[in-house]
Amino acid sequence: MAHWPYIIACYALTIGGTLGMAIWSYAAMRAREKKVTALRKGGDE
Amino acid sequence: MHIFANPTRFLSIARPLTPWLFWGGVALVAVALVQGLFFAPEDYLQGDLVRNMYVHVPAAWLGMAGWSGILVASIMQLVWRHPLAGIAARAIAAPGALFTALCLLTGSIWGRPAWGTWWVWDGRLTSMLILLFLYFGFMALASASDERASISRIAAIFGVVGAINIPIIRYSVVWWNSLHQAPSISLAGSTIDGSMLWPLFGSALGFTLIFAAIVLMRMRGIIADIRIEARLRRMAEA
Amino acid sequence: MKAKHQRLTLAILAVIAVIGAGFLALYGLRDNAALFRTPSEIAAAPVPVGQAFRLGGMVADGSIEHLPDGVTIRFLVEDETASLPVLYSGITPDLFQENSGVVAEGALNAGGIFVAETILAKHDENYMPPELAERNLGGEASQ
Repeated sequence: MAHWPYIIACYALTIGGTLGMAIWSYAAMRAREKKVTALRKGGDE
Repeated sequence: MHIFANPTRFLSIARPLTPWLFWGGVALVAVALVQGLFFAPEDYLQGDLVRNMYVHVPAAWLGMAGWSGILVASIMQLVWRHPLAGIAARAIAAPGALFTALCLLTGSIWGRPAWGTWWVWDGRLTSMLILLFLYFGFMALASASDERASISRIAAIFGVVGAINIPIIRYSVVWWNSLHQAPSISLAGSTIDGSMLWPLFGSALGFTLIFAAIVLMRMRGIIADIRIEARLRRMAEA
Repeated sequence: MKAKHQRLTLAILAVIAVIGAGFLALYGLRDNAALFRTPSEIAAAPVPVGQAFRLGGMVADGSIEHLPDGVTIRFLVEDETASLPVLYSGITPDLFQENSGVVAEGALNAGGIFVAETILAKHDENYMPPELAERNLGGEASQ
């Protein structure tokens, strides 16, 4: 029973770290891909 | 070899693939971790603590697989000057370092109750810590490279040379006596009971799919960045 | 085409050189990188009294004794050919038990007994549910 805090800490770190990295990578990608589209539209006019 | 040489062609495959990899990985990890936390049996020796395996082992695998990816990308850049190789190597570095760090942290948290110490300078723990520093070194060298689309020759050579650490990590517990136990899974089979092995495989595969999705997202980010820079330069010249 | 082959050859040579250097370094390190010494290594190359080192091995079956003072335990650390008595006062890790691995930090006293300051538990690569362990190991390893 005394072991659960250690288990929960491991799971929280791994899940949190993975989700954090995924969200950061996604946000950075979306922002840049949007900028590419915006620049392309701007260039066509 | 140059099937994906054209970034546009790469993007036409990467765009639809990213959500499938990511959500497939999330679903697999969710099922495997619920299994691992609540349904997989306790270990005869470690009791519930064995459940740490379902996050610690995938993190270790991805930390090492990440550098293997950097090795392949570095060779492809050095030898074939493959246009996506440098982008892939850059994209792998951050998630590779993250999972190496997670492996060290979860290992430390596991070691405290199981072994009686947070840390010991044995061959396995030390070589894994070296892998984390290799990632930091690689990220520094890659960001110092002039070109955004490739990495410098120094960074690529560092990617190749650093790979020597991967077999050292694997065999550290065989070559030197250590506190960390010998490998449970090898080509010869597994010394983990089947009831614990399936959630472990599910979790490892799931995290691998998420890792792949992260790498694709980062590669797309870098390609977009290169296009932004190119367009801004052309606009400035016009 | 020729330049590419040249680069490929150079890359392969570099990989071979790095692997070779790595193995040489490991060969040189192989004693220093060991975390602990086993009882038979101590028997073959005795360590002076009072010099700190790490002793590792299996806790011998039936060897853990609780001394009358209530905090000190005495047990035998063994490998295939030799064994060494160990004294330790303090709390042991959860996985410390007979027939399981141990790494003790401390030094030998004048009586040839290893006085440990720290005890670390080392488990093996087997993971299985308790029912299976009972069947496989005859219950010897479960509490």
